[in-house]
Amino acid sequence: MDARLQFLDHASAMPLAAPADPIVRLSHFTRRFGDVTVIDGLDLAIQPGEFVALLGRSGSGKTTLLRTLAGLDSAEGQDVAVPAARAVVFQDARLLPWKKVWRNVALGLKGTGIRSRAQHALKEVGLGHRLDAWPLTLSGGEAQRVALARALVREPQLLLLDEPFAALDALTRLRMHELVLALWRAHGCAVLMVTHDVDEAVALADRILVLDGGRIAAQERITIPRGSRAELTVPLKEKLLGILGGGEPRGDQVIPFPYAVGA
Amino acid sequence: MPTPLFTRIVHSRWSSPVALLLAWELASRTGLIPERTLAAPSAVIATLWTMLVSGELPQNLLVSFGRVGLGLAIGVAAGVVLALVAGLSRQGEAAVDPIMQIKRTIPTLALTPLFIVWFGIGETPKVALIAFASMFPVYLNLYSGIRGVDVRLLEGARSFGLSQAELIWHVILPGALPALLTGLRYSLSIAILVLVVAEQINASAGLGYLINNARDFMRTDIIVVCLMVYAVLGLAADALVRTVERRALVWRPSLIKA
Repeated sequence: MDARLQFLDHASAMPLAAPADPIVRLSHFTRRFGDVTVIDGLDLAIQPGEFVALLGRSGSGKTTLLRTLAGLDSAEGQDVAVPAARAVVFQDARLLPWKKVWRNVALGLKGTGIRSRAQHALKEVGLGHRLDAWPLTLSGGEAQRVALARALVREPQLLLLDEPFAALDALTRLRMHELVLALWRAHGCAVLMVTHDVDEAVALADRILVLDGGRIAAQERITIPRGSRAELTVPLKEKLLGILGGGEPRGDQVIPFPYAVGA
Repeated sequence: MPTPLFTRIVHSRWSSPVALLLAWELASRTGLIPERTLAAPSAVIATLWTMLVSGELPQNLLVSFGRVGLGLAIGVAAGVVLALVAGLSRQGEAAVDPIMQIKRTIPTLALTPLFIVWFGIGETPKVALIAFASMFPVYLNLYSGIRGVDVRLLEGARSFGLSQAELIWHVILPGALPALLTGLRYSLSIAILVLVVAEQINASAGLGYLINNARDFMRTDIIVVCLMVYAVLGLAADALVRTVERRALVWRPSLIKA
């Protein structure tokens, strides 16, 4: 069980194991808005079925990266490979208020049996009884679950979550964590979750990336099972917050964990 | 001690209009208001009944309805098309919006002489005036409604792979619908306003014709009947749009729950 923090000298964030066939691959990706370079030669690979959390301060480029992966921001002429089957859950659920819940879930689906597909997806998130509700009558947590159903009904290979639980209260957030993990296991899609909440990243992810200055400044692979990460949280949080807080990360600042055998 | 009934009557919103009507009737009966100045309410109601039974009022009302209906249909359709063109494309905006803004500065009724020169004194100038006047509220509201659609909703829908046509159909048009209905409400009331003026142009039928005719014979009772009909038309137009709104905007939670 190795949970060391890898400080990367050249902004590369390849997984430790040789990538078999990554589902997402960005190589030396750069995005500029005018004179401002938001993402600066970033390398990223995500394996099928991997749960990756992306941490970063505001302005670190994490939203830009997510928008690129979602196809909402042009990556023309760059080496970016993303699966066509992908879906996004935004921080604000972005449900169309004039469409009933199931029609929101079915938005853009083609073919027959759309309603039953939407119904199935809504049952998965525990909202099988709100099919014909109007979105504006939902609570924040319910709206976010509908947004999850809308993403998963497309059977995405890549699920992109943009701070999906930031606007929810603490209890609802914990329930949503459970739900996301259950759905992730059931669907087996790769997940990239942008968050600013270190606890959330530690609780959910296989791998945590820290984005800083348009590059991946550090990554952390967590091999400890999700149920028993409580003890890991405090030291890992300090470390990650240390990186997020700026300053040159140095090897001697790394706080060893109780689990890090032979660190 | 005032009785509860007396208090209820005093507090009722009906009491002051009813009192005014009674005073008016009383003044007419005692000769305080001569009939050539203003007919008594009872006389007005009697005239209304006669005009209904003889078919004079329904026939002329139908003619006026025809003018408003045709004018509105043309004006609203043109307003919607122009708003879609200007709202959905930059080139369209550059082409359409400046002209519409120039048009806005000209009061439609000031165009009446020009319309008479162009279209004569038949039905055409009346319908054209109504169409021209009712176009702008629809255009302005729908155009700003389209431009005001939440970009986050658009982006969310785009992330699910919707085409441009699907985005317009599923996101932009429903999002702009409340604005369109607001515009429609303004258009309806403007159409009725313009109808009043347009029908003064040498009409041989319609509400305006009735009023003009009554003026010549100093029949204040008929004039008051026609004024009442205009008021009812305005109320009916408003109720119509409200009904459409209730059905089309069911997704909006009502702010005031009775």
